[in-house]
Amino acid sequence: MKLEDEVVRRQRDRARITALLLGAFVVLLFFITIAKTGINW
Amino acid sequence: MPAIELTNPAALPADWRDFLALTKPRVMYLVVFTGLCGLLAAPVLPPAVLGFTAILCIALGAGACGALNQWYEADLDAKMRRTAKRPLPDGRMDRQSALHFGVGLAFFSVLLMGLATNWLAAIFLAASILFYVLVYTVWLKPRTPQNIVIGGAAGAFPPLIGWVAATGHVSALPLLLFAIIFLWTPPHFWALSLFVRSDYSAAGIPMLPVVAGIHSTRRQILLYSLPMAAAAMGPWLLGLTGPIYGGCAAVLSFVFLVLAARVASNSATEPAEMAPEKKLFAYSVFYLFALFAVLVADRWLTA
Repeated sequence: MKLEDEVVRRQRDRARITALLLGAFVVLLFFITIAKTGINW
Repeated sequence: MPAIELTNPAALPADWRDFLALTKPRVMYLVVFTGLCGLLAAPVLPPAVLGFTAILCIALGAGACGALNQWYEADLDAKMRRTAKRPLPDGRMDRQSALHFGVGLAFFSVLLMGLATNWLAAIFLAASILFYVLVYTVWLKPRTPQNIVIGGAAGAFPPLIGWVAATGHVSALPLLLFAIIFLWTPPHFWALSLFVRSDYSAAGIPMLPVVAGIHSTRRQILLYSLPMAAAAMGPWLLGLTGPIYGGCAAVLSFVFLVLAARVASNSATEPAEMAPEKKLFAYSVFYLFALFAVLVADRWLTA
């Protein structure tokens, strides 16, 4: 495998994981806000 | 940029799996489990999402401890067979990335804990991270064979944090849970260090078997198991739990003491002949899981 290809693959993987974690964090913050404000569904 | 053959892995950005490995996920199970049990044993339960966030923060805090520990001990890890394949000693990641990751994770976990639950829980989480990294890893571990005795306090925080996240205050039961893990840590780690002592010796870490010898370590294991068993019975003796916990804790602790006595009477010096030590180490993990599971079962069944 070429170094350039491996660098790109790892950067892409890390970007995907970071995006997933950020997305999950936003969803978590939303539900934390709902729970803290005491809104019942 | 011209394509280059892959000859130097250290020149690459670290793989995300190596960041995950920095957090020592296998060690995290026990931390998460005891934290969850502390939370579930509390008299009041927070909304599910806040409880989940509290446990997540405990896990992230433990991950930060693992990353900072590996950052600080990269040179020592390279000398031990058990740890030589970790991302830093194996050259798969640069030290600065591990430091930034660990510090970032620590700040994030404490901040999220404070915002989602309460700031007392966040303070305890911050204290446990600082204790593990500064007091245990940096100060005690390379200096004294009693490192694990005092350092065990870091691993004892999770049930206390879980309880405080749920209730907002400290009371007798979570302090007893803290004491159980605090007293459980020395026999647990010394059993392990007996059959991997050549690793610790090679790395120059003054673990008890390296400094005080095998015989003394075995006696200390039994001596520390006695107050640990007493602490395990404490919640029931003080009327903080019901008979389910009391009965199970008595049986579990009795078996622990029997295995510790077998270790104390073993005279083998070769790791291959240390079956009692390996048995005690394996049982000690089961013991803590079972004790905390029974605590929660007792709380929910007798409430």
